Amino acid sequence: MTVYFKQDEPDTSNRLDGMKQGVLGKSLSRVEGLAKVTGTAPYAAEYHIDGCAEGVLVTSTITRGEVVSIDRTSVLSMPGVIAVVDDEKMSTRAAQGTANEAPMQGPRQVCYWGQPIALVVAETFEQARDAAKHLKVEYREDAAAPLDPHAVEPEEQEDETVHQGDLAHAMAEAPHSVDVTITTKGHASAAMEPHAAIAEWDGDKLTVHASLQMPNYNITELADALDMEEDNIRLISRFVGGGFGSKLGLSEEVVAAALAAKQIERPVRVVQSRQQVFQTVMRRSETTQRLRFAADGEGRLTGFGHEALVSNLPGETFAEPALQSSHFIYGGENRELMLKVARIHLMTAGSVRAPGEAVGMPALESAMDVLAEKVGIDPVELRLRNIPERDPEKDLPFSSHKLAECLKQGAEAFGWQKGVRKPRQRREGEWWIGTGMASASRSHSIAEAKARVTLKADGTALVETDMTDIGTGTYTILAQIAGEMLGLQPDQVLVELGDTRHPRGPGSGGSWGASSIGSAVYIACNAIREELAEKAGTSEDRLELADGRTAAGQTLADLLQGKDISQEGHYEPGAIEDDFTAAGFGAFFAQVRVNHYTGETRVDRMLGAFGFGRVLNASTARSQCIGGITWSIGLALTEALEFDPRDGHLVNCDLAEYHVPVHRDVPDLDVLLVEERDGAASQIQAKGIGELGMCGGAAAIGNAIYNACGARLFDYPMTPDRVLAAMPE
Amino acid sequence: MTDTITVNGTAHPMPDDPRVSLLDFLRQHIGLTGTKKGCDHGQCGACTVIVNGIRINSCLTLAAMHDGDSVTTIEGLGTPDEPSALQRAFLEHDGFQCGYCTPGQICSATAMLEELAANWPSDASESLEGRMSISGEEIRERMSGNLCRCGAYANIVAAIEEVAAGGKS
Ligand code: FES
Ligand code: FES
Repeated sequence: MTVYFKQDEPDTSNRLDGMKQGVLGKSLSRVEGLAKVTGTAPYAAEYHIDGCAEGVLVTSTITRGEVVSIDRTSVLSMPGVIAVVDDEKMSTRAAQGTANEAPMQGPRQVCYWGQPIALVVAETFEQARDAAKHLKVEYREDAAAPLDPHAVEPEEQEDETVHQGDLAHAMAEAPHSVDVTITTKGHASAAMEPHAAIAEWDGDKLTVHASLQMPNYNITELADALDMEEDNIRLISRFVGGGFGSKLGLSEEVVAAALAAKQIERPVRVVQSRQQVFQTVMRRSETTQRLRFAADGEGRLTGFGHEALVSNLPGETFAEPALQSSHFIYGGENRELMLKVARIHLMTAGSVRAPGEAVGMPALESAMDVLAEKVGIDPVELRLRNIPERDPEKDLPFSSHKLAECLKQGAEAFGWQKGVRKPRQRREGEWWIGTGMASASRSHSIAEAKARVTLKADGTALVETDMTDIGTGTYTILAQIAGEMLGLQPDQVLVELGDTRHPRGPGSGGSWGASSIGSAVYIACNAIREELAEKAGTSEDRLELADGRTAAGQTLADLLQGKDISQEGHYEPGAIEDDFTAAGFGAFFAQVRVNHYTGETRVDRMLGAFGFGRVLNASTARSQCIGGITWSIGLALTEALEFDPRDGHLVNCDLAEYHVPVHRDVPDLDVLLVEERDGAASQIQAKGIGELGMCGGAAAIGNAIYNACGARLFDYPMTPDRVLAAMPE
Repeated sequence: MTDTITVNGTAHPMPDDPRVSLLDFLRQHIGLTGTKKGCDHGQCGACTVIVNGIRINSCLTLAAMHDGDSVTTIEGLGTPDEPSALQRAFLEHDGFQCGYCTPGQICSATAMLEELAANWPSDASESLEGRMSISGEEIRERMSGNLCRCGAYANIVAAIEEVAAGGKS
C-alpha cells in the first residue's frame, strides 16, 4: 500500500514528541559506523566482480575546439589494452543537481581544458593508465575562448532581480552607508572518495555501482544518456565517500563505464583520478559581489543592495545563487539585488556545499561588520536590530526564525565582549589576537520522497529507499524515526539505502535529505501504526509502543500474528513551500591569531549556534555543523581554485595544491543546537543542517582578523600575502 | 627474499607487474578494500597502512619494494565483532561522517600513538628530546597528513585523546 501525503499546512502536532520509545534526537552512534571504522563498508569501486576490466579516462589538452582524430593503434598494441571508447554518447560534463536529463554529451566537441574525450580499457589499472597517457589525439583548436568573467558581457538572471524603492537615494540620505566590493575564489568539493563506477550488463539490463548523491535523478539521467528505459537500469550507491555537491548529477565515469562494458561485453570499472575529479566535475564559481547598505543613526537598514557576478560554461543553467539569503535575512525597504552570470570556458560550475550562501553570506557578513563599525555599535546588536518581522521582499511570514536566539546564546556561550569594537587591542609576542562574528542563514528546501517501511512478523522493521547516506547520518536517523514511531530500538530497524530497486527518495543535496525522506518514513510508519491500532483494539492516537510492546504489554509479534505489515510513504511538499519563507539560521563566533610579521592567521577557537528545526540525532547533527565550520575555515583562509589565464586549465588540481583544512588548522569547535520545531518546514518539523555550518562562518574569521590586527580584507581567502598587504603600519 | 608480502599475518605472492602500488596490491590483488585511495599521490592519507610497525602512505610505494615486509591494514586492527580501542572510540565520538578517510585516520593514529610513546618529536613539541606530552596540538600536528573533507577533525582528535589517555591503542 502507498500512502500519499501532500503537505499544504504546517504540522504543529509534533507527534513524534509524544511517542514513547524516546530515541529520536538522541546522540546515537551511527548504525553503519562499525562497518566504516573497520574498513568493511564497500564504496562504489570496491565490489568484486568477476572479469572486470579497468577503464581510465583521457581528457582534453585544449580549451575549446574539436577532436579531429584519435589514433587507436597508438595504444591497442600495448599489453593488456582491450579497447579505446569514444562513443558519441559519452558525457563531457557532470549533470547539474536535479537535472533529471542526460548531461552534455559528444566527446568530440571540446568546451574546456580537461574535458573527457575518450576511455581506454585494459585488463589492469596499470595497463589502462599507461595506455591512456600514450593515446595520440589530434585536435582542431578554436581561437577565441573567453576565460575571464570580467571580460565578457554577462547575462542577468532575471528571476533574482529585485528593484524596490530607491537604494541610491536612500544611501545619499542615510547617516551611515556602506558600499564595498568583495570577491571569492572558486572552490572544489574535493570529496575524499574519487568518482567511480562499475558497470555490468546482463542482456539489456544494466547494473552500476557508483558514487552518487541522488540515484533518484541519476537513474533518469543515465537512461536518457544511454537511450534506455529506467526499468532496465539499477544504480547502487550504498556508501558514498562524501559528495558536497560533486555527486549530485551523473558524472562522466558512469556513462563511460556503461558504454565500455557494452562494447567489450565485460564489466568495466572506471575510477577518476584525483586530478580528473578536480577538473571534470564541478567548481564553485568565483564571485565578485557588491554590497550596499543605507542605515539610520541606530544602524537600522533603510537600504540593502547585493549584486553578484558569477560564471559558468555556455549551455549551463546553474548560476551560483549568491543572493539566496540576502533576499530575506535583513530588512531595508529600498532594495537592489541582481545576479549576473558570465559565459566563459573554464570547467563546469555547479553546486559545491551550500551553493549560494557559502559565498554570499561571507560577503554580506563582512560588509555588515563594516557597517557596525561605521554606526559605532556592537556587531551582534547590529544584526539583532535588522531581523525583519516578515520576508522583506515577498511579504511572507517566516516558517520559524531562530537568528536572534542563536546570536544571543552564541554570544553568551562564546564569552563575546559587548560594545563598540576597536582593532588591535591584544597582542601576544608576534601575534595579534581578536574576535569576530557573523550570522548564518541557509534557505530551506524540501522535496518529494518515497520510502517503504515493513514491520516484520518477528517484530523488527525494515526501511527501504534509494535515498543515500553521504556521511550525513541518513542510515541512523531513519532507524531512529522508524524506531520512535514503531516502538523499537534503532538496532531493531534495518535501513537499506542507495539502491534504485527501492522506492525513490529525494537524494542527498541542498540539505533537504533528512527532512524529506524522514517525512516519507514518518508517513509510512503512521499507516503501519493505524493497522497495529486496529489489531490492538484501540485508535492510532492512543497506541503507545515502546521496546516492541504496547502499553498493555502485547508484543508486536503477537499483534502481527505471523504477518508483515508493509507501507510505502509518499511525501510531497505542497503549499507550505509558497506560504512561508523558510531557512535555517545561526551565528558564528571566532577567535583568531594573526602574525604581525608573516600575516598568517590561525583560528584559536570557533563556535556556531544553529536553529534548524527538530534535531533528529544530536551527534550526527553536531557532526554536520563541525564539518560546515571546518569548511568555513578553509573558505576564509586557504581554499582557492587557480586557473591558468592562457588556457583555463586548473593549475592546483590536487590535494597538495588546493588547500583544504587539515587537522592542525581546526581547533576544538563548539556547537550549540538551538532546538525548535518548524512545522512548515516538513512533516517532521525538521530542516537541514548539512550546509548551514558554512553559510557565513568565513566572515566571522575575516572580521576577527580585522579586530585582531586592523587588516580589513575584502577578498577571500585571506592568505598571508593578502593579510600582510592590508596590515596597517 | 621471500617473494611474498605478509598482510595481517597472511603471506601473499608479489604481483607480477612492477608498477602495482602497495595500495592497489591491497585493494585490487588481495581484495582488502578497507584501505582507501583518495588521491594516489601521497596527499591525503586515506591509504595509510602500517608496514613493519611504521605508518606509510601505501599509494607512494610499489608493492615490489615490500618483499618480506609485514603490512597491517585496517582489517588487521579489528573487526566489527572485535574492534580495536581506536575503532571503538571513533564510533563513540562520531569521528567520521562518510567514512572514506576513516581507515587511514585509524591506521595513522594507531602508529602515531606508538611514535608518541617512543618520544619522537614533532613540530608541536616543546623540545626535541625527553618525554612527549599527549596534547591536542601534538595529535593535530601528527595527524595533519590525514585529510578529512567531511570535517570530522574535532571528533577525531577527541577519539584519539580518549584512547591516548587510556594508555591503550
Ligand atoms: S591515496 Fe595515498 S595519500 Fe592519498
Ligand atoms: S569522514 Fe568523510 S572524509 Fe573523513
